[in-house]
Amino acid sequence: MKFSFTEKLGHEFMSLAEALGSAALMLKSVVYWLIRSKFELSETLKQAVKIGVDSFTVTALTSFFTGMVLALQMGYSTKNLFNEPLFIGTLVAFSMLKELGPVLTSIVVAGRAGAVVTAEIGTMQVTEQIDALYTLGTNPTRYLLVPRYLAFLITLPLLTVFADFIGVMGGCIVGAVKLGVPASVYFDDIFTYLEIADFLHGFLKTYFFAFMIATVSCYKGLHTKGGAEGVGKSTTEAVVVSMVMVMVMDYFISALLVAVGV
Amino acid sequence: MIEIRKLDKAFGSHRILRGVSVDIKEGELFSVIGPSGMGKSTFIKCLIRLLRPDGGSIIVDGTDIGSTSSESTLARVRRSFGYLFQEGALFDSLTVMENVAFGLKYLTDIPKSEYPGIVREKLALVGLKDVEDLKPAELSVGMKKRVSLARSIAAAPKYMLYDEPTTGLDPVTTGMVKDLITDMRAKLGITSIVVTHDLNLALEISSRVAMLNHGEFVEVGAPAEFRRSDNPAVKEFMRISHLSRE
Repeated sequence: MKFSFTEKLGHEFMSLAEALGSAALMLKSVVYWLIRSKFELSETLKQAVKIGVDSFTVTALTSFFTGMVLALQMGYSTKNLFNEPLFIGTLVAFSMLKELGPVLTSIVVAGRAGAVVTAEIGTMQVTEQIDALYTLGTNPTRYLLVPRYLAFLITLPLLTVFADFIGVMGGCIVGAVKLGVPASVYFDDIFTYLEIADFLHGFLKTYFFAFMIATVSCYKGLHTKGGAEGVGKSTTEAVVVSMVMVMVMDYFISALLVAVGV
Repeated sequence: MIEIRKLDKAFGSHRILRGVSVDIKEGELFSVIGPSGMGKSTFIKCLIRLLRPDGGSIIVDGTDIGSTSSESTLARVRRSFGYLFQEGALFDSLTVMENVAFGLKYLTDIPKSEYPGIVREKLALVGLKDVEDLKPAELSVGMKKRVSLARSIAAAPKYMLYDEPTTGLDPVTTGMVKDLITDMRAKLGITSIVVTHDLNLALEISSRVAMLNHGEFVEVGAPAEFRRSDNPAVKEFMRISHLSRE
């Protein structure tokens, strides 16, 4: 059967509306069970380890080298302009705390932990384990989604704080070894020009990113169809959507935070 | 007692169930047979509201769950059901002990200290021992099915639903599962509903057999009546299943 362009467009819009509706219902269910259910401490801790602790190494490596390359680039740029590397600490810390720390950590977590969550829930969906939860007196939202939402919301901001610190330390090492900027000068630059609001700007954004990554990963997992191939497809989609959404949301949340003075 | 009235279910434009009606009495072993893709799994999933019917009613012990949106009503009614999934649906990340004890935690008020004893008792009932610490990946297909059955009966359900219980099993394990289903009814008095395409199994163990064809029950009766059916779909299914009517 052949469809006209308008029919295809209509079909796409209907699919999008259906997906948004399903996601909204899922969110409603998450909020309902978050308030109503008994806190599943052991499951939440298990997920926090999977999502947060297991992402630490890759986050640390990413932020460490990002901090290093930032110091290197800034150092040589200011050296070319002013004949000496200036404000390296300020520039590295400003970039890490406000943008690169939260964004890169969110992208790493979306790619690693988001994929794990989607694949896990997706596999449970195609092997009827989600249905089994209903038959054993448990709502899947309560048992699967709420602990994962909490784990994302707890661990992503914490990982970002670590990433900020490690990135700043990476910059400090390059500053001292490569550019001849003593650590005391580097940190003096940071504490002179950076305010707590700069840290909060990046830190607050991570809660939005964590919520979005949890929503996309869980939604894609729950709507997996078609066996192993379907799990692979859902996982890829979840990672791509989460990563793109991090970048898109970053602009709008930054604009909002700037508007309210953070 | 489960009363099913004019049950309808469609996926898009494809109508799977077309006004299915039947009463399932307490203590009986009711089997639904039919070729693959005729709506057997859809029927059994509607019974416990894993799928929401488009129309009709499912009255379980006086409560209609066909169209209710109440989570608490559904949860209460689901407590009286056990469900054996086609592939077992054991939780991969949990051990056999945790899998079997899962329902005890959410369906009963039994103290946690009593779980190990109950789990071992249920595992023994399905012929398994010393498997409590294994993960599902370490079990054979037959063992998975038996652990799944132990999990389903752990919280002492009133009704037991079996979705293709012998699919993918060798003849020896098939015989074992068949005995388990009849044992559950004989020893625990559980009302059982089995959906299967295994006609031999259905005719051998059931008190009544129904054939689902193109979304409708075309024949419902005791195994002996079923064998004598003149319905062309039943006759064809029996012929294909290499069975004759005497």
